[in-house]
Amino acid sequence: MNYTFIALVENRPGVLNRVASLFRRRNFNIESLAVGRTENPEVSRMTVVVDCPNGDMDAHKIEANLYKLVNVIDVQDVTRQPSVTRDLALIKVKVGPERRAEVNGLAEIFRARIVDVAVDSVIVEITGTEDKIEGMIELLRPLGIVEMVRTGQVSMTRGVTDGVRRVPGVTGRYDDVSLAAMVP
Amino acid sequence: MKKTGAEILWECLVREGVEVVFGYPGGANMPIYDAMLSYPVHHVLVRHEQGGAHMADGYARASGKVGVAMATSGPGATNLVTGIATAMMDSVPVVFITGQVAAHLIGGDAFQETDVTGITLPITKHNYLVTRADEIAEVIREAFYIARSGRPGPVLVDICKNAQVETCEFVYPEEVKLPGYQPVDHAPKASLEEAVKLIEKAQKPVILCGHGVLMSKAEEALMQFAVKTQTPVASTLLGLGAFPASHELSLGMMGMHGEVHTNLAIQNSDLILAFGMRFDDRVTGTLKTYAPRAKKIHIEIDPSEVHKNVAVDVPLVGDLKTVLTDLIPLVDEYDHEEWKKEINGWKSEADARSIMNWEEDGKLYVAHLIADIWKATGGGAIVTTDVGQHQMWTAQYYQLDKPNRWLTSGGAGTMGFGLPSAIGAWFAAKDQEIWTIAGDGGFQMTAAELTTAVQEGANVKVAIMNNSFLGMVRQWQEFFFEKRYSAVNMLAPDFVKLAEAHGVPARRVTKREEVDEAIAWARSVKGPTVIEFRVEMEDAVYPMVPAGSALDQMIQRPVRAG
Ligand SMILES: Cc1ncc(C[n+]2csc(CCOP(=O)(O)OP(=O)(O)O)c2C)c(N)n1
Ligand SMILES: [Mg+2]
Repeated sequence: MNYTFIALVENRPGVLNRVASLFRRRNFNIESLAVGRTENPEVSRMTVVVDCPNGDMDAHKIEANLYKLVNVIDVQDVTRQPSVTRDLALIKVKVGPERRAEVNGLAEIFRARIVDVAVDSVIVEITGTEDKIEGMIELLRPLGIVEMVRTGQVSMTRGVTDGVRRVPGVTGRYDDVSLAAMVP
Repeated sequence: MKKTGAEILWECLVREGVEVVFGYPGGANMPIYDAMLSYPVHHVLVRHEQGGAHMADGYARASGKVGVAMATSGPGATNLVTGIATAMMDSVPVVFITGQVAAHLIGGDAFQETDVTGITLPITKHNYLVTRADEIAEVIREAFYIARSGRPGPVLVDICKNAQVETCEFVYPEEVKLPGYQPVDHAPKASLEEAVKLIEKAQKPVILCGHGVLMSKAEEALMQFAVKTQTPVASTLLGLGAFPASHELSLGMMGMHGEVHTNLAIQNSDLILAFGMRFDDRVTGTLKTYAPRAKKIHIEIDPSEVHKNVAVDVPLVGDLKTVLTDLIPLVDEYDHEEWKKEINGWKSEADARSIMNWEEDGKLYVAHLIADIWKATGGGAIVTTDVGQHQMWTAQYYQLDKPNRWLTSGGAGTMGFGLPSAIGAWFAAKDQEIWTIAGDGGFQMTAAELTTAVQEGANVKVAIMNNSFLGMVRQWQEFFFEKRYSAVNMLAPDFVKLAEAHGVPARRVTKREEVDEAIAWARSVKGPTVIEFRVEMEDAVYPMVPAGSALDQMIQRPVRAG
């Protein structure tokens, strides 16, 4: 089963490599990884989707190992949390003028858009959940997909969280006092 | 005041309390070595960077402080790698400082350029590439803090040559800012209460004492807990010494070469209290049948160790000493008489087979020699080992009553660790007696450090257990490959002459009656000595749980007739 993790990381050189290297070293397969800036210039945000053959045990391992990376500020397994999830795809379909309308019709149903038109092809842009994008791809395939690119999934949980950093794998709540004082 | 990056480095090291560094110079760290002359830090020039890494590691294990090792870029840095991985596997706080080519050359395959932060990423707790002088103070401060706090571990700082020579204003950072790094301290109350409930119900509890007990300085708390609840204490290889071996609750070492009654106690227990240990495959045997009836409480500072190999009922993530101190007042007193009696029954059965009860047959057995050294040193020496059969025999027969005197490469099992770690330990404890027990194979891997010992006057006593075999591999071939010996028969140099060529007084012992005198001689010499013991060639370490077998499936020493 696929699990989704959100990680807030320090925006510094090499941090993406540390995260990617961790998945390699612990023998997990990344399904998708999306990284970008956040409202805070010092913080980047990653959404990582990972196949976890051993379910929650694997998910705990991933969460706890990400937590351990010094440059990872916070990590959450949001797989079972109510959240909004999006993926964006650009799909180039090989169609001449005679079938453009057909593509356009499909695009409308999926609330996708045609963002470029060339003599022998069009580019369709679609945003949505995995399922929705997969559905659209299936319908476009017979028309002749020649190129496709996807951003990978991004996720955001609903509502405002309490902002407390949680220690993975621990039942019960740590309050701030229980973290060792930051005196070197 | 403006200072060069190299000066700032030393300023910071001095402020961290660093008194000794183990290193080797080269093109990319020459400015660091130049600046060093103006600072009150003793530098030990090693013979190979791996030796330097193990020395810093040994120093850290024996002193409880952060060790420091240095190397130049490229081959200097890559020679450290085995030592870094060794420190990582055993959670030892060491800061490694490597020189790197100038920042503008990085990526261009410059002379002696190697991607050291890339190479060491998976074998360090954290690492840094420093390209500017004004980053050095902050990075060094962070590196030491990360190395020694939480679950300790090695941190590597790779400093570009330009950053060493450029100048900037030196400001010592008052605090470290690491938003993503906050080791936990106490465990949540609710979890403590759950643990107490399991302890109340237990009839057959066992404590598994790991390296974390020593790292957290929780020996006292462990003693209080064990005595109050009358819970027997089994130890991992690295946990030895945290609980006195002579204590009536001590079960000794668990696992592959653990004692029979210890492993049986674990397999038959109904509650496992894992304290600062990580359920390594060498202590669990196959997980399918591991402690099948036991509930499990795991006190561990690293959340990624919880549920990693063994799913536990109550994880208590926090500093072991803090968590135990919180837990002790919550638990009642117990006596567990029945359970202790059951374990003692297994123990007397096993004792009957012990090699200690063998009569003299003219041969030298390592187990006997370790017991002899133990007796001569009153069990109080710092003992380091190499890796192999002699290591396991030392773990079994050098019975430790005090902490931080047992230095061995556990997680990595690095041959070549023994001699350099002993030299490092000497810098931490110059007034203590230090022995290193080595095999004929492993000793040859870092034997060049004998000269380092001479140059520094390091008072370490080397005992080479020469069985003319890569003994542990030979033992596996004997047990599991129908005795087809492949690449284990090893020609050794004349160890006595080798030692003497390095300026180290040495002796060879071939008979049991020469043993005590030779040990006494070594102890009377000031400075390093070597004794080569010509031991029985094909002895095996017993008991043994074959890799991947259940923990109670032990091969035992055959009973000897007569
Ligand atoms: C660097 C390294 N290479 C290989 C091994 C595999 N290994 C483990 S024990 C051993 C034999 C060690 O022989 P020796 O040093 O003579 O000790 P003995 O077992 O004979 O006491 C070997 C080769 C290792 N642990 N470390
Ligand atoms: Mg040998």
